[in-house]
Amino acid sequence: MLGQIADILVYLFLILGVFFNLLAGVGLLRFPDVYTRLHAGTKCTTFGSIFICGSVIIFGVRMWLMGDTNGSTLTIHTAGVLIAILLTNPTGAHAIARAAHRSGVKPFGAVIDDLAEKPAKKEAEK
Amino acid sequence: MLAFIVTFVLCFVAYLMLTTGGADIVFLGDWKILSWDYAEIIFGIILSLIVAIVARKIFVKKSFRMANPVRWFVFIGYLFYFFYEMTKANFDVAYRVITGKINPGIVRISPDLKTDLGITMLANSITLTPGTLSVDIDEDKNDLYIHWINVKKEALEDKPVNCKFVCANFEKWVRRVTE
Repeated sequence: MLGQIADILVYLFLILGVFFNLLAGVGLLRFPDVYTRLHAGTKCTTFGSIFICGSVIIFGVRMWLMGDTNGSTLTIHTAGVLIAILLTNPTGAHAIARAAHRSGVKPFGAVIDDLAEKPAKKEAEK
Repeated sequence: MLAFIVTFVLCFVAYLMLTTGGADIVFLGDWKILSWDYAEIIFGIILSLIVAIVARKIFVKKSFRMANPVRWFVFIGYLFYFFYEMTKANFDVAYRVITGKINPGIVRISPDLKTDLGITMLANSITLTPGTLSVDIDEDKNDLYIHWINVKKEALEDKPVNCKFVCANFEKWVRRVTE
């Protein structure tokens, strides 16, 4: 009984994860400039990856509880992957956005751009 | 010395977690929940010693503020709130991907956090939640520059923009965890 619930959860999480990762791909094609594309590329992929890793973790825990010790390897290693993704994905997006703004890419259709005022100040100090 | 012990123990636990399973010699629990070889444990001790000697000054800084367990419990609570906000954010981005309605802009917020850890946590949380992406930081005042996919008109009245429009209640949670 519990095994069946776990199986259903695994499939559900896989579907959700693939859906959000697909949405990230569509977003990359549809949005107009670097910054908005980064929105699609960070949020949706992280969220989708959480669900895919979650389904692997549930599968691993199920194996583990059935007495197969390989399940512990699967669970713990995937949890490590999940933490790494959660920490590095936003950091990478931040680095790309900062580099883009420094090399002079203007945000498309921006209502307001506070950051444009900042580099001018720094150059004046030097 | 304390830094050395803390680094050694954490490193050893991480090594044990990553190498568990498959062996039958040393184990925890009745039905081998976690199991290791002697060789793996001895090698883990040697590796942890080397890492602790090399990295103790990088890993443990002077302040032990984060050693307080209350902060860790608050941090776990924050994770639940964060996941809730993140779910909302993803449906918002999904809506914008499908309809293509955007109104972007870069705004400055002034969260007034003092520690590096706090500002890192806030910047990462902001990137993963409702239509916002941290672009740059002003290191003197710890102000963040945020790319916002759907700028609200009422938020632009103040300058710098009020935090509650951009990052929900993260600022308060992060302050509770790190300060």
